[in-house]
Amino acid sequence: MEGSFITTKFNDILGWARKYSLFHYPYVTACCGMEYMSAACAHFDIDRFGAGWTRFSPRQSDMLLVVGTITQKLAPVLRTVYEQMTEPKWVVAFGTCAVSGGIYDNYAVVQGIDQIIPVDIYIPGCPPRPETVLNGLVKLQEKIQKQQQEWRWKKRKY
Amino acid sequence: MEKKKVLEDLKQRFQEKIKETSVQFGDEVLAIDKDSLLDVVKFLKAEPYAYAMLLDLTCVDYLGREPRFDMVYHLYSLSNKHRLRIKAQLSEKDLSVDSLTPIWKNANWLEREVFDLFGVNFNGHPDLRRIFMYDGFEGFPLRKDYPLRKRQPRIPLRD
Repeated sequence: MEGSFITTKFNDILGWARKYSLFHYPYVTACCGMEYMSAACAHFDIDRFGAGWTRFSPRQSDMLLVVGTITQKLAPVLRTVYEQMTEPKWVVAFGTCAVSGGIYDNYAVVQGIDQIIPVDIYIPGCPPRPETVLNGLVKLQEKIQKQQQEWRWKKRKY
Repeated sequence: MEKKKVLEDLKQRFQEKIKETSVQFGDEVLAIDKDSLLDVVKFLKAEPYAYAMLLDLTCVDYLGREPRFDMVYHLYSLSNKHRLRIKAQLSEKDLSVDSLTPIWKNANWLEREVFDLFGVNFNGHPDLRRIFMYDGFEGFPLRKDYPLRKRQPRIPLRD
């Protein structure tokens, strides 16, 4: 009984700590980047939700923001970036192109980044308004809070 | 300079090499034989026409027509404020045309684009290799017979 009680609380507090300290890595390839900048800077201020710390190295970040169109040519790069991130890690598909390929249903574009890496939150919109982005972030935080926190890392399958 | 004059001068100078001239939406269009492309273009770049600027260079695939492809060049004369479009037909069997890179530097990458996406070869191009698509990509995606749904991923996709 003692053990299970402590494990649950530890899980909660780990989730609480993690959801409010999302270091994000912006993988910006297209016009959605403007909305990302707007959401990240003072007007909408993503820092209110604890995700203000932008790391420009995947090794130091928890949340991969895939902002914009991912082409077939770029797919191996995105996967490498994802693999370089240390656990725990979450992926946000930001904008219609990252979610599904968007209007670019053609030979060059990956039809949704979930064909390459696992995605936690999909934020639709072309581009999404900063409010939508923040809503997506809050939803991701709820997900992080609820999930089973891992701290002995198993290699993820994808 | 009078607009009509360019086309008339060209006709006079190159005779049967000029296949057709017309005016579309206020701009002169010139259809020429592809072998005379370099001569025509040099003539146009020199004074008094002074088409100093190559605005665009592209290719059009008319699938089912013979010859199948059209090379399209857009020129602009800065001093005369005048545009000119040149078209040259290419057949699928002999898919090559002279490179304009020695005349306009920006033709270099434009021709690489056409080479990559249409498979047209440019004679005399200094560095003819693909510019957009990745190594191992098969086929020419902007041709009309490239399958609409065909994908060639570089890495195995998740299901």
